[in-house]
Amino acid sequence: MTASENFRTLHRRDLRLDVEELYAEYVACLDEERFEEWPEFFTDDAIYRIIPRENFERGLPIATLHCESKGYLQDRVVAIRQTSVYAPRYMRRLVSNIRILGWQDDRLEVHVNYAAFETLRDELTRVFSVGRCHDTLVDVGGSLKFKEKLVIFDSELIPNSLIYPL
Amino acid sequence: MFVQATTTMPMIVAVSGDLAEACIVVVKIEIDLCMLAVYNRIILWQVPVPCVVLKIPSEAGGQPMVVRHQWPKEGISRIPYWVYTDPEVYAREQERIFCGRSWAYVALEAEIPTAGDFKRTIIGDKPVVVVRDEAGGLNVVENRCAHRGVQFCQTHLGHATEFMCPYHQWTYNLQGDLIGVPFRHGIKQQGGMPADFALKQHGLRKLQVATRHGVVFASFADEVEPLEDYLGLDMLKLFDRVFDGREIEVLGYSRQLIPANWKLMFENIKDPYHASLLHVFLVTFGLFRADNPSKVQVDKTGRHGALISWRGEQQRTSDNAEMKSLLEHFTLRDPSILQPVREFPEYTVVMMTLWPNLIIQQQSNTLAMRQLVTKGPESFELAWTFFGYKDEPDDLRHRRIRQANLMGPAGFVSLDDSEVIKFSQEGLRQYPEGTGVMEMGGRDWQESESHMVTEGAIRSFYDYYRRVMEL
Repeated sequence: MTASENFRTLHRRDLRLDVEELYAEYVACLDEERFEEWPEFFTDDAIYRIIPRENFERGLPIATLHCESKGYLQDRVVAIRQTSVYAPRYMRRLVSNIRILGWQDDRLEVHVNYAAFETLRDELTRVFSVGRCHDTLVDVGGSLKFKEKLVIFDSELIPNSLIYPL
Repeated sequence: MFVQATTTMPMIVAVSGDLAEACIVVVKIEIDLCMLAVYNRIILWQVPVPCVVLKIPSEAGGQPMVVRHQWPKEGISRIPYWVYTDPEVYAREQERIFCGRSWAYVALEAEIPTAGDFKRTIIGDKPVVVVRDEAGGLNVVENRCAHRGVQFCQTHLGHATEFMCPYHQWTYNLQGDLIGVPFRHGIKQQGGMPADFALKQHGLRKLQVATRHGVVFASFADEVEPLEDYLGLDMLKLFDRVFDGREIEVLGYSRQLIPANWKLMFENIKDPYHASLLHVFLVTFGLFRADNPSKVQVDKTGRHGALISWRGEQQRTSDNAEMKSLLEHFTLRDPSILQPVREFPEYTVVMMTLWPNLIIQQQSNTLAMRQLVTKGPESFELAWTFFGYKDEPDDLRHRRIRQANLMGPAGFVSLDDSEVIKFSQEGLRQYPEGTGVMEMGGRDWQESESHMVTEGAIRSFYDYYRRVMEL
């Protein structure tokens, strides 16, 4: 039995535990600003896009942040660490209502809601972004990775800048 | 006319307008104020005009304060910080700039291609609706029912055969004419509108509309010069470079709320000086850098501007030795983010700033309208509409989508700007009497400069701004 088949034959409850654990680790990695580890949650050819809900619903292709390989994610990390100019901040993310929609061949479709809270110097913590993720997970060497992560945000206006990933 | 009154302290100083209209009101001056006034070198009987004098009373019984707003004597090589914070200045901007004799950007025709299509948008801070009527004509009307002021249109984009206010169902056609008022003739011979109530007197307020090559502008003014004259020949040429008559296709929207005065955004795109210093991405990859051949163009009034340049190499030379942001050995892990192809003649980047609310971005293959929507003196929305051309090759379309990573609220380049603009507002907010220094490239402005080491386009903007605002 291959690793992938192994996942597919997991008891529903066990699969859910694995998926929940993945999201918990993903969020912890970002909240703790271990950005260098963040691309490792993705496959090499991963698509990662943060897109306004209005673009998503109209089928418009422009994303607020558009990555089409792990290299793009790594370049984002370099920007965060080295090249971008921005105010210091904390970001905390909550992922909830995890829905495992099921397998499409070797791909596991998962939808979740998220909220991200941003804290800037001298300011009260605010809701930075609220929305949902349409994720596609695949098994790579016995662990689940994101092959596609589509972050669709409801928030009409982005409060100033989007620096850290969601 | 700016007059500030107070109920707590018996003194007012107010001056505004033309010399002929200038008035000075001094109700009663206390000794404390006289001393303060002398300290500030204000001679109350000879206040120079035009200027605005604001007075802030002291509730606690201490010294009353006078905060004077007068443009620094150095002229346009200084920008007083009160222009970014003062509510009175903001109110006058709405009246004279956004509702004045200007053509404000409202839409791309591609957003409302067929009869009945509408777009809800905002000029300055005034909500309007852009709608295409049955004859194909474009109408821009206030998004405000003539009855009770209800904002009747609530969606960004949509389709309608008429507009009906939900409150009392007053109904308008696509030109904004009032066509129906329920119970107009009463019920059972009771009530109803007066017999002389005329529908045609109660339509939506209509704005002037002008279009060029798929771009829609509107004006609150009754009389405004033709759009082409308003833009001027040089700006028109640059405008037509991107809007050359080809059909436009909208590729997506992005909206961000920037906690700063709207003029700081315009200044940012009129300021090529910062780009070679702040933006690692522009500098390192030669997308926009002061040692590349470049131009700064403004129109003859000074209100519109364009930063123009050619792409250069990722290479350290004596001309860019001062640019700490040029990372000579920096490479992208995935270079496909940034692989522009030659698309437009001559220049590789043209960033236009069109008075009063539009930035047209052509940086390599990424094209966008950036619309400024003011939300009080210390906040504005930057609404981005990314676009390409209908039926363009997939490869080019894909480059636009990838290169959009440079722009918007998460843009490798433009996030630096929204952050720094916020820092500006934070720094100047508490110092209305402080001034910005604009001396790079001289203290005056010319219509054309063939380098980037200048703040001339900011000076020209404020030259025009001061004339419109009488400040």
